[in-house]
Amino acid sequence: MHGHRSANRTATPSARAGLGNSEGFLPADRCLAIHRLMVRSRVMEERMIKMSKSGEGYFWIGGPGEEAFNIPLGLQIKKGEGPDYDFLHLHYRNSATLVAMGLPVLDCIRQMAMTRTDPFSMGRNFPSHFARKDWNLLPVSSVIEVQFVMAPGTALMQKRHGGDGITIVVGGDAGTAEGDFASCMIWSTRPGRELPVLIIVMNNGWGISTSHASQHAVAAVTDRGKPFGIPGEVVDGNDPVASWFAIEKAMRHCRTERAPYMLEARVSRLFGHSSSSGAPRSSDPDCLPDFESKLLDAGIIDQHEIARIQQDAKDEVDAAVEQAASEPKPKPEDVERFIYAPSPVDKVYPGDYTGPP
Amino acid sequence: MATLVQAVRLALHYGETHLGVTDIFGEDVGPPLGGVFTATQGLKTAWNTPLDERGIVGTAMGIAYAGGRPVCEIQFCDYGFNTIDLLKVAGNQKWAGAGHFDMPIVLMTPSGSGIRGSLYHSHSFESLASRLAGWKIVMPSNARDAYGLMLSAIVDPNPVMVLLPKALLRVRGEQLIPGEPPDIDQLKQMIDAPLGDRSRWQPRWPAVEEYFVPIGEAALAQEGTSATVVSYGRTLSLCVQAANQLGEEHGLSFDVLDLRSIFPYDWKAISRSVTKTGRVLIVNEDTEVTNFGEHLLRRVIDEHFYDLLVRPRVLLGKHIPGIGLNQIYEQNSVPQLPQIKAAMEAVATEAA
Repeated sequence: MHGHRSANRTATPSARAGLGNSEGFLPADRCLAIHRLMVRSRVMEERMIKMSKSGEGYFWIGGPGEEAFNIPLGLQIKKGEGPDYDFLHLHYRNSATLVAMGLPVLDCIRQMAMTRTDPFSMGRNFPSHFARKDWNLLPVSSVIEVQFVMAPGTALMQKRHGGDGITIVVGGDAGTAEGDFASCMIWSTRPGRELPVLIIVMNNGWGISTSHASQHAVAAVTDRGKPFGIPGEVVDGNDPVASWFAIEKAMRHCRTERAPYMLEARVSRLFGHSSSSGAPRSSDPDCLPDFESKLLDAGIIDQHEIARIQQDAKDEVDAAVEQAASEPKPKPEDVERFIYAPSPVDKVYPGDYTGPP
Repeated sequence: MATLVQAVRLALHYGETHLGVTDIFGEDVGPPLGGVFTATQGLKTAWNTPLDERGIVGTAMGIAYAGGRPVCEIQFCDYGFNTIDLLKVAGNQKWAGAGHFDMPIVLMTPSGSGIRGSLYHSHSFESLASRLAGWKIVMPSNARDAYGLMLSAIVDPNPVMVLLPKALLRVRGEQLIPGEPPDIDQLKQMIDAPLGDRSRWQPRWPAVEEYFVPIGEAALAQEGTSATVVSYGRTLSLCVQAANQLGEEHGLSFDVLDLRSIFPYDWKAISRSVTKTGRVLIVNEDTEVTNFGEHLLRRVIDEHFYDLLVRPRVLLGKHIPGIGLNQIYEQNSVPQLPQIKAAMEAVATEAA
């Protein structure tokens, strides 16, 4: 169904060079990798929406429509644990970023299905509320923008530590109305104490039902960084090539200058805010068929390959749903687990919480 | 004998030299001031922040995520109400993250009345704090406990809030902190910053030693048989004074329990004493509706109903929007010595 304008096009070896813009050139292999990850992420999200409607899950929230930015982001993150690596203060629309980093689709499905095996929250949190210590991926909160006041803390430790690890904080455009957004800019630009924070604002034009245009007078969110001396760029987040190079440039600035940078990605919200609004398909531009058209036009891919990639993704996600359905649910005794870390100085709770004192 | 605030400073010094504290920060915490109550003078890891409480709490969380051991300060607990959701997030990170993330932060903040602080320098915070699951909440009432509780707060790998009773910050302890020079003037010369230009001043730290007051362990400030009094912070010292006076005047004697930890509280100590005396009064100065003391009262009733000789009771602050500046307001808003003494006498002498 994608690539309708070029149903009969086929890839030719001579055309498998890649895609570029004025900032650079992405080789065909990279383009294909991005495309495949976009498809896997999209198919996963669409299946999760179905789960929210079928009773296999209760609530869905995620990021379909943001893949063209989130995949290039995930592929360029310096992945690991500790201050040598990037710290990730993400929001609940970053699933594609994590799929690009190598997160098993099954793990997202497990959280959607609220299984005990959900590695992020043991069936406690909404979908797309990730947490993974070995990737410096800090627990995602439903409360918008709180991650923006934690980001300076990890960045401060990274600057002190040395190396080129940076802190990446991601939120939506509506969330920038919170004071925490201003806090992040202030704390990241204290004179002589600038911090390597990559501030990413995913501007989909909406905060649930409130349009960006009805609340924000600034033309671009990045304009708000200017008084602080934070360089920035507005990028077409529906274009993976433009996104790739904008992210590359932004990361290079933070890694080498040890100072903040702001990226605003203009993206689509393809299925509404969440399942609470019924997750209806919107008519916004869709980055996936757009990218497929470009790949087809450049002869990098053909329809047969696109269909195969989609089928592979569907098979993978179907298997994940089946697997998750067979896995154990949390037990009543799990309610009080993992509240406290063991403490050598606590007389009442030397280990975990055990009920009232 | 160190004052309570000097004890906090000594503990933070021990923390940054022996226990891995990496950052001590907040509004006016770094040089030149070293804290509005002087709690952070001369500390090598102390630094000033923007005047942004949410930024302070969030940055502490970020430092902890990246392997640091932060102690942050909210200048007065009255300024911390805009951080409640962040405190909730800090308390749930381990639980929300399936156990993978510890949150070893210490948040210290002066709490309660007693410095003629008017509306926004007199709040109590412990009842609200006790509702922040995932946190531990402590409140010392003397210098040595402040030292020992602060060291425990630092080494505990969970978020710990240290509530410092404003009224007692400049009160000298009666017991030496291990390693503290016994001469108060000598200590003052060593660690108190001079007035005026401090740019060349360096503290000379005494060799204070490791001393932990366990979290969740109450202290029996006085021992007696007439009734049990449970308190902490500013009102604890008033309960002790009242017990002394009632002993001299009426021959009454009290178990006065200094709770020291609000959460987890030392239920065993409360239970043991109530079983012994059959009479209990709970005293604190937080506002009386949905007060932490009411929770203790509920447990006393649930678990000791048939041990009680007279009705258990509380003496708490009034449920009013603030504490007024004129001392008429303050004295009639939160428990003072006369009311505490009267309530203690009543619970001890009411016919069973």
